[in-house]
Amino acid sequence: MSSKALVEICFHGRGGQGSVTAANLLVAAALKDGNKGVQAFPLFGAERRGAPVRAFARISDEEIHLRSEVYFPDIVIVLDESIIGIVDVLKGLKKSGKILINTTKEPEDFDFSNKYHVATVDATGVAIKHDILVGGIPVVNTPILGAIPKILDRVTLPSIQAVIKNKWKGEGGEINVKATQDAYDSVEVNF
Amino acid sequence: MTVMIDTGNYIAAKAAVMARPDVVAAYPITPQTTLVEGIANYVKTGEFKGDYICVESEHSAMSACIGASAAGVRTFTGTSSHGLLLMHEMLHWAALARLPIVMCNINRVVGPGWNIWTDENDPISQRDTGWIQFYCSSNQEIFDTVIQSFKLAENEKVLLPVMINYNAFILSHTSMPVYIPEQREVDDFLQKYKPQWKLDVNNPITFGNIILPADYEKIRKDMQNSQENAKKLIPEIAKEWKKKFGRYHGDLIEEYKCDGADHILLAMGAIGSESKVSINNLRKEGLKIGLARVRTFRPFPNEEILKLGKQADLIVIDRNISIGSEGALFSEVKASLYGKSDTKVHGFIAGLGGKDVTYNDIETICRKVVEGKAKDCEWYGFEGSGK
Repeated sequence: MSSKALVEICFHGRGGQGSVTAANLLVAAALKDGNKGVQAFPLFGAERRGAPVRAFARISDEEIHLRSEVYFPDIVIVLDESIIGIVDVLKGLKKSGKILINTTKEPEDFDFSNKYHVATVDATGVAIKHDILVGGIPVVNTPILGAIPKILDRVTLPSIQAVIKNKWKGEGGEINVKATQDAYDSVEVNF
Repeated sequence: MTVMIDTGNYIAAKAAVMARPDVVAAYPITPQTTLVEGIANYVKTGEFKGDYICVESEHSAMSACIGASAAGVRTFTGTSSHGLLLMHEMLHWAALARLPIVMCNINRVVGPGWNIWTDENDPISQRDTGWIQFYCSSNQEIFDTVIQSFKLAENEKVLLPVMINYNAFILSHTSMPVYIPEQREVDDFLQKYKPQWKLDVNNPITFGNIILPADYEKIRKDMQNSQENAKKLIPEIAKEWKKKFGRYHGDLIEEYKCDGADHILLAMGAIGSESKVSINNLRKEGLKIGLARVRTFRPFPNEEILKLGKQADLIVIDRNISIGSEGALFSEVKASLYGKSDTKVHGFIAGLGGKDVTYNDIETICRKVVEGKAKDCEWYGFEGSGK
């Protein structure tokens, strides 16, 4: 992916998992890394806890004039593996595109791994390890952010960690930063 | 100067608070809610030092703003859709009482059917209330326009309320980077409001008293003159802002690649931003096409549009419809040209009910016109029988 190109990202998750926060933090980090145009937004609708939701991010070297939805993402990020099959997460994904999945499986375990670049990370496991829980439920959005620099060179792990520390001051931020490092170190790819 | 990445609503809240209003009175409604939550949060942090009045409806919100503004203090509010419509009576009142209230209106569909997405029928239905109307296309423009609007509204040659419109979710809930000046720089640009008159027990005067026909007519004419004055002041204020902060979003319209164009597209709000992508693509294909993004619907940029109409054929996209007639921008563009230019104007209704309007859709519309296949007025991408 050339450094000038517009990158469009689609997050798939369930309401309450923090897809929108993940998209917001990602673009804040991308801006820190020198990408002048960034944008993050949810799929506009009636979000409910547990229901499949989407969020989008755009990263560019120039001011972004686009205001429409993302239909042909370069990168798809799946925060909850159980929605694969319920939602067509591959819909519109460019042929050269990449998909990052929160799962305990390997990239080759997915039948579309022969067609797409697949990356996997056990973000839920990382969240449990670091005790990042809200109401007893593992929060996967910060760990999965740590995995993104492995598949997208426009954003660095230190910038992601910096925006996380800025959002959650003190110990909470530090735990999330460790989780991003663990996730980064444990990404598996088929490419 | 710092860069803040946030949604249109939180950016509007930041701008409103940096303008140091003395009173904010508002009632929450989707998708405006996070705007007033944002201001409420600044009450908690101490950054907002004015009075925040929680009211029981939008009619009361505007009434409270009218009272506060009449008492001679800077006043801000925000609403959307049905909230704006519930204010209708008081919108007229605010304008006729010459109160420089600034309000953000987040453009949302009017029900039924119940729908929280965007179109622009809510502000278009309030166009005759006397309010100045801006339509924004980015979060930066929202920030800059909120601060500039206080300066415009409070100018003694204007003294009219200002409504800053931006699209539901597409701007209100989308995060973008925004340059935020220092508070002292904003204070330097926007001085303390000095009312021409105010409710004052030590200097009693009468407000809203009975008035005879000839004098009432004078009030209406004076409002019209003030809107004309605003036509001159909007570019002056934009120029001063550009000089101080280096940012500029256009005057009454923003021209984009209109040089040498034989077709010019006119649109408002978020479609006006998306259109820039379309214009770039169509120019690459060799089409001589430009964009005029209409920033103010009141005052209406008649002179600017006539100038464009003498240069090129015009294509108008309306995210609204005056039922029984046509798109409001389409009508007014044609009125601007009447008797002075015989240029062709094609109107399209698009994106009602929050239907997404992509750069691809806009390119399709433009190509259809350039290729001579468009009707005078049509509904783009309508999925139905059309009966």
